[in-house]
Amino acid sequence: MIGTLFSVFVLLLLLVTAVAIVQTANLFVASMLAGIFSLLLATTFFLLDAADVALTEAAVGAGISTVLFLSALALTSETERTPARWSGLALAVVATAAAVLIYATFDKPAFGDPEAPVHTHVAPWYISQTAAEVDIPNIVTAVLASFRAYDTLGEVFVVLTAGIGVLFLLSARRGIAYRDDIARRDGEGLRHYVIPRVVGRLLIPFILIFGLYVQFHGEYGPGGAFQAGAIIAAGFILLALLEGEERALQAVPLQALLYLSAGGALLYGGVGVASVLLGGNFLEYRVFLPGPAASQQLGIIAIELGVGLTVTGVLLSIFHAFAARGRGL
Amino acid sequence: MKLLGLIHYWVFAILLMVGFYAVIAKLNLIKKLLGLAIFQAAVFLLYITMGVVEGGTAPVVQAGAVDAVYANPLPQVLILTAIVVGISTMALGLGIVVRIKEEYGTVEETEIQELDQP
Repeated sequence: MIGTLFSVFVLLLLLVTAVAIVQTANLFVASMLAGIFSLLLATTFFLLDAADVALTEAAVGAGISTVLFLSALALTSETERTPARWSGLALAVVATAAAVLIYATFDKPAFGDPEAPVHTHVAPWYISQTAAEVDIPNIVTAVLASFRAYDTLGEVFVVLTAGIGVLFLLSARRGIAYRDDIARRDGEGLRHYVIPRVVGRLLIPFILIFGLYVQFHGEYGPGGAFQAGAIIAAGFILLALLEGEERALQAVPLQALLYLSAGGALLYGGVGVASVLLGGNFLEYRVFLPGPAASQQLGIIAIELGVGLTVTGVLLSIFHAFAARGRGL
Repeated sequence: MKLLGLIHYWVFAILLMVGFYAVIAKLNLIKKLLGLAIFQAAVFLLYITMGVVEGGTAPVVQAGAVDAVYANPLPQVLILTAIVVGISTMALGLGIVVRIKEEYGTVEETEIQELDQP
């Protein structure tokens, strides 16, 4: 009962936060609210038995996306100047659509019904076969990195492509309307503020160790390479915010980040090609080692390493691309 | 239990439409992207809500557990990767907005359209 009340409470907070994000004309406030929104969403995911997803949303949504929005705000403007257009008509459209969607929810299978179509198709097979075929406790990781590894390869390349796109966009020459009114940052970070520096310095090593734990323990508990990549990137972003981008770039140079991003995706694809050369299908780990479970585990560790490298590399290069633009580089 | 599920779906529907309202009615490009992020989050919520099994727990097998019931792992896998892909594409969108600001000097849609008039 308490659990139910708490779920409803968090869901209502989600709604209030979302409306506030849309309502406020101050984009700085909206970005901070978006971080809170992500944290509430992560809580909801956790209450819905999705621990892996909650960890990802907390690391990505509340950590990295807030920083990205703030960097973009520093390069554009912090206030929304024009009011909404045709807001009456837009409200009517969304209210109608929401009413139709809510009407449709009455026909959905009951919440948590084990006989719902979504639970009776392939899911039982994954749940029952993971122990026999892959022999790792975390079914989500098993599906992500072994049964459906081909899909995950696609996702990794989407992340890499988006990263390349950002680097292309933000390394282009400035256009005619560029003016100096864009707030330039000195790249010194919060070096003059003692308390954030001391607290942050204490935290960063633990954030990085936790990231590595999430990476390598992802087979056994909630976690995995996507979350680990986001957490490690968040650790280095914190370093850049506290000590300035130059210090962070000394720790991990931009060139290294590019190699990391491309190298991770290459490692993932390389595992697939290696399995073809050894006589199996693409990303069929069975051919690597004798014994089905051992080879699956080797394959999972290899491709998770690839995913982790790419996600860390891409997220950090994106951050540095925005930051460098702000310093007029 | 039934009502709790319906509340989850209603919150999904309203969140989806709050995000959509920002995308179609707001004129500031950053606000549009924030709306898109809310829209995206609503879809994530729908998928994860559908994956819940009554009496279930997170899909991590515990040693010695007999007849354990697990939540459906498939929506979780889909959404886990979608979140990371979502932040990358959001960064791409923000990159485009930053370039628009540099070329036009504004990120308000009406002002951009005025500048585009020959």
